[in-house]
Amino acid sequence: MKPIARVNDFVVKFANVNGSGSASANGLFARAILRMGVPVAARNIFPSNIQGLPTWYEVRIVEAGWRGRRGGVDLMVAMNPQTWEKDVAEIEPGGYLFYDSTKPFPASKFRTDVNAIGVPLTAICNAEYTDARQRQLFKNIIYLGALSALLDIDPAEIERLFAEQYKGKEALLDSNRKALAMGRDYALANFACPLTLRVERRDKVGNRIFIDGNSAAALGAVYGGATVAAWYPITPSSSLAEAFAKHCGKLRTDKATRKHKYAIIQAEDELASIGIVIGAAWNGARAFTATSGPGISLMQEFLGLAYFAEVPAVIFDVQRGSPSTGMPTRTQQADLISCAYASHGDTKHVLLMPEDPRECFEFGALAFDLADRLQTPIFVMLDLDIGMQDWLTEPLAWDDARRIDRGKVMTAAALDAGKDFGRYLDVDGDGIPYRTYPGTHPSKGGYFTRGTTKDRYARYTEEGPAYVDNMQRLLRKFETAKMLVPAPAIKRATQATRTCAIWFGSTGAAMAESLAELDRQGIYLDQMRLRGFPFHDDVADFIADHDHVFVVEQNRDAQLKMLLVNECGIDPDKLISVLHYDGTPITERFITREIAEKARVFNVTPLRKVAR
Amino acid sequence: MTYLAKPKIHHPDLPKNALGFTRRDYEGAISTLCAGCGHDSISAAIIQSFFELDIAPHRVAKLSGIGCSSKTPTYFLGNSHGFNSVHGRMPSVLTGAALANRDLIYLGVSGDGDSASIGLGQFAHILRRGVNMVYIVENNGVYGLTKGQFSATADKGSKSKRGQVNSDEPIDLVLLALALGATFVARGFSGDKTQLVPLIKAAVAHRGAAFIDIISPCVAFNNHPGSTKSYDYVREHNDAVNRLDFWPSREPITAEYPPGGVRDVELFDGGRIRLHKLDDDYDPSNKVGAMTYLESRRAQGEVVTGLLYVHPDSGDMHDALETVDTPLNALSDADLVPGNAALAALNASLR
Ligand SMILES: Cc1ncc(C[n+]2csc(CCOP(=O)(O)OP(=O)(O)O)c2C)c(N)n1
Ligand code: SF4
Ligand SMILES: [Mg+2]
Repeated sequence: MKPIARVNDFVVKFANVNGSGSASANGLFARAILRMGVPVAARNIFPSNIQGLPTWYEVRIVEAGWRGRRGGVDLMVAMNPQTWEKDVAEIEPGGYLFYDSTKPFPASKFRTDVNAIGVPLTAICNAEYTDARQRQLFKNIIYLGALSALLDIDPAEIERLFAEQYKGKEALLDSNRKALAMGRDYALANFACPLTLRVERRDKVGNRIFIDGNSAAALGAVYGGATVAAWYPITPSSSLAEAFAKHCGKLRTDKATRKHKYAIIQAEDELASIGIVIGAAWNGARAFTATSGPGISLMQEFLGLAYFAEVPAVIFDVQRGSPSTGMPTRTQQADLISCAYASHGDTKHVLLMPEDPRECFEFGALAFDLADRLQTPIFVMLDLDIGMQDWLTEPLAWDDARRIDRGKVMTAAALDAGKDFGRYLDVDGDGIPYRTYPGTHPSKGGYFTRGTTKDRYARYTEEGPAYVDNMQRLLRKFETAKMLVPAPAIKRATQATRTCAIWFGSTGAAMAESLAELDRQGIYLDQMRLRGFPFHDDVADFIADHDHVFVVEQNRDAQLKMLLVNECGIDPDKLISVLHYDGTPITERFITREIAEKARVFNVTPLRKVAR
Repeated sequence: MTYLAKPKIHHPDLPKNALGFTRRDYEGAISTLCAGCGHDSISAAIIQSFFELDIAPHRVAKLSGIGCSSKTPTYFLGNSHGFNSVHGRMPSVLTGAALANRDLIYLGVSGDGDSASIGLGQFAHILRRGVNMVYIVENNGVYGLTKGQFSATADKGSKSKRGQVNSDEPIDLVLLALALGATFVARGFSGDKTQLVPLIKAAVAHRGAAFIDIISPCVAFNNHPGSTKSYDYVREHNDAVNRLDFWPSREPITAEYPPGGVRDVELFDGGRIRLHKLDDDYDPSNKVGAMTYLESRRAQGEVVTGLLYVHPDSGDMHDALETVDTPLNALSDADLVPGNAALAALNASLR
């Protein structure tokens, strides 16, 4: 079998045992390639357990810069005997199998159409180290060394990463270098290096950074001025709260007193998390919670209160496979409806939909301004794929001239100047009333917040007209929100077309690649990436301009389509769903196949057939 | 219906406190509760306490859940911000509010249904966290607002108005509060204002989680023979372990007392509690002793009232979180937003 030969365009997958310290070595592998100027798209694939069970790390080396999964594996680093069969089966014909050859394997364990590269990792380790933990950790570095030789990764880049990581810890630095060299030397001595898969230096990374969405969103919360965070641990959102703690420790600790300009509460449950957020925001602090689908379910009652009593709140929903506990370590975009219409009664909520960590940061910060401006909950809809994976993304940037927008807050001075204060009074016609913070003024501006009906001056009433008046104003406020949430990103196809595609969030990674491929096949699609809800007026206009509209999303029930039909009054037949919901991130191959097939049905036959 | 605020015309001769406020300034809208409801007496005690403590009304934030008891914040401190939240979840909202601004006084008002049933979890956790507040449960043994179902504090064997006998064990919120780390724990009776007002005042002065369980009869649904939360029953079985007086820090203790049976407790801000022992063996600084005493008296059908436990120099949630002295809601852009330079450094570490 002829080996697969590719430069800067192949997939390496590491099959590891959870808790074996492989994550650090695998991360170094991806970052060394980035340092060579070659983009990667990397994903951890992990089951819901802590130690001893299988975990995978997939690195797509892709000079073209695509950020989605490709599917298939060209080189498997099979470090977990437990998953050996499955891992070996996954390799593309002509691909490579890298394994620990210390113990002999029977021939039946291998495939004839796959090239086996055995390195006696355990033997090398045991000869060098006596300590059990050292043997385990350095085994990872040794395979990294071997791979660097096999794939032509510049060892100097790995050494530089070591130097940054172990600054001031010379002993550790030396031992890592030594382990790396052992692996390299073995590979160079025993195989024809490099293999037919290799990395070649390029300048395709630029100043982009490698960061996960949760960490970026947490940083957005810091820059957005959040001071109170309340959360209850749940995968895949926990690392967002933890990242906030880490960022605040560095960026929000008073230099002189070491005191904290933030407060983080690990609450007793999600009900308490959102209650704390609402209490803090009612009292003028910027507050958020991070959760996933099950937590959103628990927060429903409070979200209705926040909507109706008009209290700001920011909720980062890092979506996972649902319903119920579903697939806790898998990705989905299936909380759209439960967030957009969260709670009992007539409610509608504002959603922000970042497509990558860079937007997690931007929307993370923006959410706090919007929450204060609109005095309502704002949901930032991440998912596991954006939240927990490192993505190559534009560097984070901040305009130092930007100021925190606290929205309509009436001050003691304004009250003294005789301003008419009605907590639910629409003075500007945008549906947004003024509020006062508790403790503002000795005799003016105090009001009672309640979930029951009130008049424009926050006085309790059960009168129907007052209720309707208030509910109508809330609708006007929602109209205002349309203009404040990020507008959709619209892009035209390379040729005029009556067909288009709509998507949001992490789907964008595979979508970009798929659109390029479809274009190559002669299927032209105008493109609209949604970035916020309620939908901007452009959304309905864009759909009206097309005959066939593909709506691509990662859930079973076509939730984005439901929102479009419901909010924009669109004929459901016009929207053709492309749905992916097995818990793995949607791929370019999947979207391309689905769209190409369906496009043929309504006669958008490719102008020229291109073999793939 | 829309409830009208009381006319704001003040009688010129009304007595004023040190800040120049009259009692009227501490009142709220006219109560819509049943005439004779214990909750109204508690509102009156709250009004008197804050008036006498010389606290500006707007420096108090009052938060509640849902229930007749939770409606009462409308009926006192009308100039204060209030938050009638959701059933059983006042503690989390109060916790958030307290995080946002450590400079206000937080008064949580709840019912026995609100705190002992649907909100038992939040009740427990706010006390564990040592939130600086006064948490009052207006305890009538029933759900008043939903018309008289047993609550979780109803005693086993007590009878409902319809004659149903409660077969479940009661939850004693005082015992729970002690176990969960509240640093000021008291029980009062809405029918005994002279005992109640100093308890509330001392609780306000205490820094940390102060909890007062106030037995507050529901005249509509739980004031009949066979109830252990009726006016008559509580009067007959009230075992008051002490009575107290409270002095804010600046005032010297002027009253004279007969010698013996007196104990002074100094609070965080210099305020002082003088306890007059009614039960010679009762020591409110001994938590384990308090729990044992409460259990043994409860077994005999007695309702123990008074200041049951106090640990005066305990810290609060903000101490534990090491937050800055400035309220978090008053931090400036410069305090909060690290700027582009910090971001550039971060970017550099992610390549
Ligand atoms: C989620 C939810 N469930 C049920 C109710 C109905 N409800 C309102 S008040 C109440 C009980 C109140 O009892 P308690 O706290 O003892 O107050 P009381 O009226 O006795 O003072 C209930 C069950 C509600 N408001 N919310
Ligand atoms: S129903 Fe009971 S608790 Fe409610 S107002 Fe009437 S007496 Fe008070
Ligand atoms: Mg009750």
